[in-house]
Amino acid sequence: MREIIIISGKGGTGKTSLTGAFAHLAADKIICDLDVDAPDLHLLLQPAKERQEEFYSGHEAVIIGEKCDGCGLCASLCQFGAIKENGAGFVVDPVRCEGCKVCVAFCPTAAIRFPERHCGQWYVSSTRFGPLVHAQLFPGAENSGRLVMVLKQQARELAKARGADLVLCDGAPGIGCPVISSLSGANLAVAVTEPTPSGRHDLERVAALCRHFQTALAVIINKYDLNGDETARIEVFCHDENYPVLARLPHDPLVTKAMVQGLVVTELPESDFSRELGQAWSRIEALAGLGR
Amino acid sequence: MIVAVASGKGGTGKTTVAASLATIWDGPVLGVDLDVEEPNLNLFLHPVIAGSEMAHMTVPMVEEAKCTYCGACSELCQFKAVSVFNQVILIFPEMCHGCGGCMAICPEKAISPGQRELGEISWGRAGDVGFLSGRLRIGEAMSPPLMRRVKARLDQMLAVTGGDAIIDAPPGVSCPAVNAVMDSDVILLVTEPTPFGVYDFKLAWEAFTPLGKPMGAVINRAGLGNDAIYRFCREKGLPILAEIPYDRAIAEAYSRGRVIAALSPGLEATFVTLRDEIRDLAKPSRSREAAHA
Amino acid sequence: MTMIAVTSEGPSLDDLVDPRFGRAAGFVVVDLETMDIQYIDNGQSQVMAQGAGIQAAELVARAGVSCLLTGYVGPKAFKALSAAGIKVGQNLEGLTVRDAVERFKSNQVEIAAAANRPGR
Repeated sequence: MREIIIISGKGGTGKTSLTGAFAHLAADKIICDLDVDAPDLHLLLQPAKERQEEFYSGHEAVIIGEKCDGCGLCASLCQFGAIKENGAGFVVDPVRCEGCKVCVAFCPTAAIRFPERHCGQWYVSSTRFGPLVHAQLFPGAENSGRLVMVLKQQARELAKARGADLVLCDGAPGIGCPVISSLSGANLAVAVTEPTPSGRHDLERVAALCRHFQTALAVIINKYDLNGDETARIEVFCHDENYPVLARLPHDPLVTKAMVQGLVVTELPESDFSRELGQAWSRIEALAGLGR
Repeated sequence: MIVAVASGKGGTGKTTVAASLATIWDGPVLGVDLDVEEPNLNLFLHPVIAGSEMAHMTVPMVEEAKCTYCGACSELCQFKAVSVFNQVILIFPEMCHGCGGCMAICPEKAISPGQRELGEISWGRAGDVGFLSGRLRIGEAMSPPLMRRVKARLDQMLAVTGGDAIIDAPPGVSCPAVNAVMDSDVILLVTEPTPFGVYDFKLAWEAFTPLGKPMGAVINRAGLGNDAIYRFCREKGLPILAEIPYDRAIAEAYSRGRVIAALSPGLEATFVTLRDEIRDLAKPSRSREAAHA
Repeated sequence: MTMIAVTSEGPSLDDLVDPRFGRAAGFVVVDLETMDIQYIDNGQSQVMAQGAGIQAAELVARAGVSCLLTGYVGPKAFKALSAAGIKVGQNLEGLTVRDAVERFKSNQVEIAAAANRPGR
């Protein structure tokens, strides 16, 4: 079984739109949206949910008003500034609470509860391109890295059960916890970038992350015609670092046009964009050793 | 006043808006990059860096000679950064969230503060605009600790110079994004009128509404996509403070690292109006009602 | 008395070896002389935000085992197991707990020198 993850470093480079198109082009696969913070792939795939599970991660402190004698020790120990006196007594700000349990352990009157934190939901759905494993973290919740691992685990089990060769993942932007979790176990990362200073800079950071975790990386330059000089710089970078450039895709409102209709770009009538994308997918298959 | 420029979806123009606002601001202002995973504000403001330092967080360090392997630290630690087996104590500094619990609970005072490198904080100036930025170390998983340190320095800098700050926040709606905006006075949500943009905008609105701060929307690439975003804003009573048209020339200027407020008198006027709208939004609600009366 | 632990999808010798260590459903602890078994549920690990592998190492160390049989172990859990003096036999997923134990008894399980799952 192979695992391919589409990442970008910078947001808005077209990662999810391209993942959607690859989901259309790939044969036997399980699709997995690992951008649990702001997932968008479902807007293209219109999944029908078949299974829904709650996601709990870590704990949070809750002060029981009647038991609290107002000594304030918790507030002075909290390193996250999460406990404040609000006039009526001490309260925990759930947004700032890190779930470290220090206040719970030291409270002299045992006035702090420590329930599990309900952070979101995950789903297994069917789509017109095959099964989709996806999730929604509650807005403002933390620890998407753990949820990413849960989704990958589910996608792998599903792939095994259905005899699918491939798990195709849409990754999260950035280089932090969720992206690090996404890379774990991936055979190939495909970074979608754009010829802008931010695009190139973020590609360099995400490439360094892939090197750090020894994940093979290939690159797609989207909107290449926006800035020829930047495109050339990205190509030089990829050449120097031995990252294959899989495709140069034009800046084309076609992608948004497809999105508005709830379609992926390869479902629209054939275009230069979709032809180039089709070739990129063949190269990805070859690089990932699919179909051997 | 601290203005946080945020967005649910990445790539909607957060940094563009933050850089443009900083450039046209009419008073002392600091551009602050809190998107520490992928900091890009410098690519548009082109600041001259005056100083930088490595930021660290406190993690446990054990003096084994004092440790009796009682396991109190390991039992308390929710992140498994400290673990005790019979006659061995293990520290996993990369797992530590910096709560200080192990140090506080150790009966032998065997755990002392050590350090983990989080990344770099740098500061400087771009013309009249002050600049402050955090840059997460590659491989570091947690961005909020570094963000907290950048924010602490921001408070110090504002205490000295006075004036306003414009924060470029990370994308998304989970803990790093909330961390970036929670100490601001006004939140600006930048979006684009596409299905992805609208969906993530709704998530951001849900995530930030409980913070109880004034919020306004900036619609970038107006004319692209559909009108769902306008309907949502109307429904929620969320003011649309500015619209930036979908225009290939803007995208090309952005790709050359240019601040778009400087592209045309029309765009400059858009940002000047946006600045005034933000000021108005930040006023206590009573005086805002009075102004509109 | 030699005790070993096997990551398991359920409480019996006929359940399958859980390929995961930190977030295994549970651990079947086997006394190799009597073949008596005891089951340690690991359900609590599912809500842990991080460090499940380290916590699992603490759990099996407390049970007094000298060896762990499983599928995959990450580097932090491996370090913790080594610190506890517990040997690791890995890549045993797909077998039943009983088959894994039999393999171990007939010396067909190689003791790992390092983790077989990349760290994050």
